Amino acid sequence: MAKSRRSEYDAAQKRRSIAIASASTIFVVLALIILVPMTPGWEKVQKSFFNTAVLYKSFPKLMEAFKVNVMIFAWSAPAIAVLGLLVALARSVHSPALFPLKVFSAIFTDVFRGVPVILTVYLIGFGIPGLGLPRPWNSPYIWGSVALVLTYSAYVAEIFRSGIESVHKSQRAAALSLGLTEQQAMRDVVLPQAVRNVMPSQMNMLIALQKDVSLLSFIGPVEIFRQAGVFKSLLANFTPYVGAALIFLAITVPATRYADYLMARQNRERQ
Amino acid sequence: MMYKLQLNNVVKTFGENIICDRINISARSGELVCLIGASGAGKSTLLRCINLLETIDDGEIILDGQDIAEPGLDPQPIRAKVGIVFQSFNLFPHMDAISNVMLAPRRVHKKTRAQLLEEITGLFERFGLKDQMYKYPDQLSGGQQQRVAIVRALAMKPEVMLLDEITSALDPQLVGEVLEVLFTLKDEGMTILMATHEMNFAKKAADKICFLKNGQVLEEGTPDWIFGPDAKQETKSFLSSF
Repeated sequence: MAKSRRSEYDAAQKRRSIAIASASTIFVVLALIILVPMTPGWEKVQKSFFNTAVLYKSFPKLMEAFKVNVMIFAWSAPAIAVLGLLVALARSVHSPALFPLKVFSAIFTDVFRGVPVILTVYLIGFGIPGLGLPRPWNSPYIWGSVALVLTYSAYVAEIFRSGIESVHKSQRAAALSLGLTEQQAMRDVVLPQAVRNVMPSQMNMLIALQKDVSLLSFIGPVEIFRQAGVFKSLLANFTPYVGAALIFLAITVPATRYADYLMARQNRERQ
Repeated sequence: MMYKLQLNNVVKTFGENIICDRINISARSGELVCLIGASGAGKSTLLRCINLLETIDDGEIILDGQDIAEPGLDPQPIRAKVGIVFQSFNLFPHMDAISNVMLAPRRVHKKTRAQLLEEITGLFERFGLKDQMYKYPDQLSGGQQQRVAIVRALAMKPEVMLLDEITSALDPQLVGEVLEVLFTLKDEGMTILMATHEMNFAKKAADKICFLKNGQVLEEGTPDWIFGPDAKQETKSFLSSF
C-alpha cells in the first residue's frame, strides 16, 4: 500500500524529534560529566557525599532503620484513611443534631492544615508524654504517629470532601427518588464514586506521608534519617544521607509513577 | 376513589421565581397524562415535587387520598411508591445494570440478590435487555440506559410513574425503543405522568394532555381536543412549532 503524504510527513517529523532529543541529552550528560569534576571542590564533595566505601558500610543499617519508617507508615496510613473519611463525612452531613460534629470537623481541618507538620510533631510528641504517662504510653512512636495521623487526616478529609462534591447532585437525587435514605444514598451511590475519583490524589498523600515519617526523628525514633545522621557523625561523611535518599527513591518513584498511571487512566475514562 | 393522583393548587417558588403557579392536574388509575410546554414552563420541577425531591410552597399533592406534600411526612416510603425517570438517565456508573436495578429493593425492601434475581431477570427480559444485565452503563447505548432506568424504577413496584422528558437526550433513532416500552407500561395499567416533547407520541398514547406555560396549566384536554380546531390560540401556536 502506498504511503499517504501525511503519514510520510509525520514519520519524518518523528525521526527529526528523536534525533534532536538524543543529541541534546548526550550534550547535557557529557557537559555534566566533564564540567562538574572540573569544579575546584569536586574532589572533596565526591569524598564526603559519594563515598562508596562509606555507602557499603552504612547501607545495611540504613535498610534496617528504614523498617521503622515502613512500620510507622503501615499503622498510620489506615488510621489516616479512616479518620480522614469520617471527618469528610462529618463535614457533609445535613442533620441538625450532628451540627456540633460538623463544626468540630471544620475546626479540626483548619487547625491541622494550618500548622506545619513538624510543629504538630513537636507539640504532640513532646507535649503529651510530658503529662507523665506510664510506659508504654509515653512512647514517641505512639505520639509521633498520632501527630502524623492528625495532620494527614485533615488533608485527606479535604480531598475526600472534594470527591464527594464532585459527584453530580443528580446521582443523589436518583438514589433518593428510589426510596433510599440519605445515608444509604451516601454509602451506596455517592461515596464509591467519590473515593474512586480522588484515588490518584490520595496516592500522592501516601507518598508524602512515607517521606514525612522522617520528621519523627526529631522526637526520638531512630528511623532512616536519624540513622544516617548517626553515621554522618561517626564517619564524618555525608554519604549515608545519599544512601537514605536512594532508599526513599526506590519506594517513591514507582509509587509516583503508579499514581500518574491512575490519573491518566481516569482522564481517559472521563473522555 | 376518583383519582389516583391529584394536584391541587400546587405552588413552587425558587426565591423570587414562581415555577409552579397554582397547578391543578389529576390522573385516574391507569391513565397516561402528558405535560407539554416550552422548556422552563415548570414541567420538570412539578414532577420533582411529586417525587418529593422538591418541597412545594402551597397546595396539595394527593396520592390515593393521602396528601403526600404534608410537611413533616417521611418521604422515603412515598418515594418508594412513586417512580421517576430522568432525562439524563442518572444510572449509577459504578454498578452494572442489574445492580443498579437491585439496589433500591435490597436496601428499602430488605431483599437479597438471590430473592430478587428471578423477578428482576424477568423485567430485563420484558424490556429487551436480557443481554445487557451485567453490563455497566458506559457499555450501553443511550436507549438501553434509559430502559434500564425505567426498569430500575419499576423494580420498586411503584403505583405511579413520573417520566421527565425521558427521550430528550436520545438520538432520534433510539427514541422509538424507549417509547415502545411506555405502551407496554400503559397496557399493564400503570398510572403515568410524563413531561414530553414527543407530540406524536402524546397524540397517540395520552389519555389527557396538559399544556403548561409560565407555571400554569393553560389548557387541558384529550389529544383530540388539544390537537383539534377548538384549542386555545396559545396552545395552537405552541404546537405549530413542532
